Amino acid sequence: MAQSWEVRLSGSGGQGLILAGIILAEAGILDGQNVVQTQSYGPAARGGASKAEVIISPGDIDYPKVLACDVLLALNQESCIKYSGDLKNNSVTIVDSSLVKHIPPVAGKIYPLPITKTAREEVGRELVANVVALGALVGLTGVVSREAITNALMARVPRGTEELNAKALEVGFKMAAEARNSQKNVQQVS
Amino acid sequence: MMPARLMQGNEACAEGALAAGLSFYAGYPITPSTEITEILSRKLPARGGRFIQMEDEIASMAAVIGASLTGAKALTATSGPGFSLKQENIGFAALAEVPCVIINVQRLGPSTGVATAPAQGDVMQAKWGTHGDHPVIVLSPASVKECFMLTVRSFNLAERFRVPVIMLLDEVVGHMRERVELPAVGELNIINRRKPEVEPHRYVPYRAGDDKVPPMACFGEGYRYHVTGLIHDENGFATEKPDAVQSHLKRLQDKILLHHSEIVDSEQVNTGEAEVVLIAYGSTARSAARAVRLAGEEGLKVGLFRPISIWPFPEQQLKELARKKVKFIVAEMNFGQLALDIERLVGGLCPVHRLNQVNGELIKPGTILEKIREVY
Repeated sequence: MAQSWEVRLSGSGGQGLILAGIILAEAGILDGQNVVQTQSYGPAARGGASKAEVIISPGDIDYPKVLACDVLLALNQESCIKYSGDLKNNSVTIVDSSLVKHIPPVAGKIYPLPITKTAREEVGRELVANVVALGALVGLTGVVSREAITNALMARVPRGTEELNAKALEVGFKMAAEARNSQKNVQQVS
Repeated sequence: MMPARLMQGNEACAEGALAAGLSFYAGYPITPSTEITEILSRKLPARGGRFIQMEDEIASMAAVIGASLTGAKALTATSGPGFSLKQENIGFAALAEVPCVIINVQRLGPSTGVATAPAQGDVMQAKWGTHGDHPVIVLSPASVKECFMLTVRSFNLAERFRVPVIMLLDEVVGHMRERVELPAVGELNIINRRKPEVEPHRYVPYRAGDDKVPPMACFGEGYRYHVTGLIHDENGFATEKPDAVQSHLKRLQDKILLHHSEIVDSEQVNTGEAEVVLIAYGSTARSAARAVRLAGEEGLKVGLFRPISIWPFPEQQLKELARKKVKFIVAEMNFGQLALDIERLVGGLCPVHRLNQVNGELIKPGTILEKIREVY
């Protein structure tokens, strides 16, 4: 039986985290899994700490929110501190090193990756940082298949932006492969 | 069955309304119900229905009543502050027996409260928010699929019994997205209001048969009658005659009481051998379901009783459990609104414990598990 995953995508309002959560959840469905996606946000449309959570499981899902996090994505400093308290011991945390300067001690593996910087410099649009992050997250964890995340992404993005988004996802995959191979990027915390 | 897809609770309400035959929507957007308004602003006109964003919630409810009187299946959606504003006209719909559906996606109140946080503080307001003694039907979904199915059912009940039906969601259920497989429209049972079979000049608008629900003529189809918020006689005209007043109000009660078993709905999980039974509804029932599982892993015999119709409450089902001398724990995101009624119904047959959390967060399974260990 496939594993259940509790995934939390966090950052500030406006970074596209809820959309990333929806795409990840739809990829889970394409993989034949059951999924629930929830979110938590303040009244502000921009800034602060917001999160989208996705649970992917082969079975029924009762409690719809993350209790013990398998995968954490943190795209800003505030969310990295606020949402890193309930990680499992074998969890994976991905932080955007272009925006997060202080990484708190957390359980599991941590991958500091320059997500926003790479979106800006290699893909050409900072706007697609959420898609770069999804690529990196899927590449590092296998929470859904690459085929499913690609198809889910293409089904959601506005017409005319397919190429940009496909490139962003590819850059994310590449970033994950490099991070896996380069031990210096990985901090193992007991 | 439609193919599996990701859908939000609010979206499922909008889709359920369309599947039930919605033809009129009036509303004023408010978090966390806004998606229902947004979706229907696009989809309803595309299907030939009417969508109006009114100047406020009071006017929205009034527009819904007017539309329903012409034969439309009419809906409005809101959250706490807007639900308060709609109450006066909900009372009008109850007295004038105008079928309509009101979706309230509960957020933390009172007043503006915490706009984006879940709560279950409107349970009693749904029943008693408008003045005067009147029956209501209130349904509470706990999943996205149930948002769809119960919205369809709300329209069916409204049409069948000529009452306002309230869907009580909470922020978590409204905003949650889940994988759903929904039935196709052709697979659904759709009920439409019963129309008069007599000639227009013989129509007595508020005369009911044995089932206490009078046939309803649509304005614009040649039938003329008087619709008023004053207590009225069979002809629809105001009356102060004590017998007529009493018999009208009694009939409003009876049309729900007589059909109790047709309306009430509940779900039980693991209650057969249970020593402790959790009572929870809406998103809290999802936490409770996990707590049942966690307790089972510790060897504790715990079940879940989930009222799906909050009003009328599934009294018989609850009393049967009470006679088995279980211990109840009522978990709610309020200070004990449904617990009050459960204590009354259980009437001392067995202990009723309360678990109340009103901090803007969904009650966690661990919190319920601690309470289970405490009372077991």
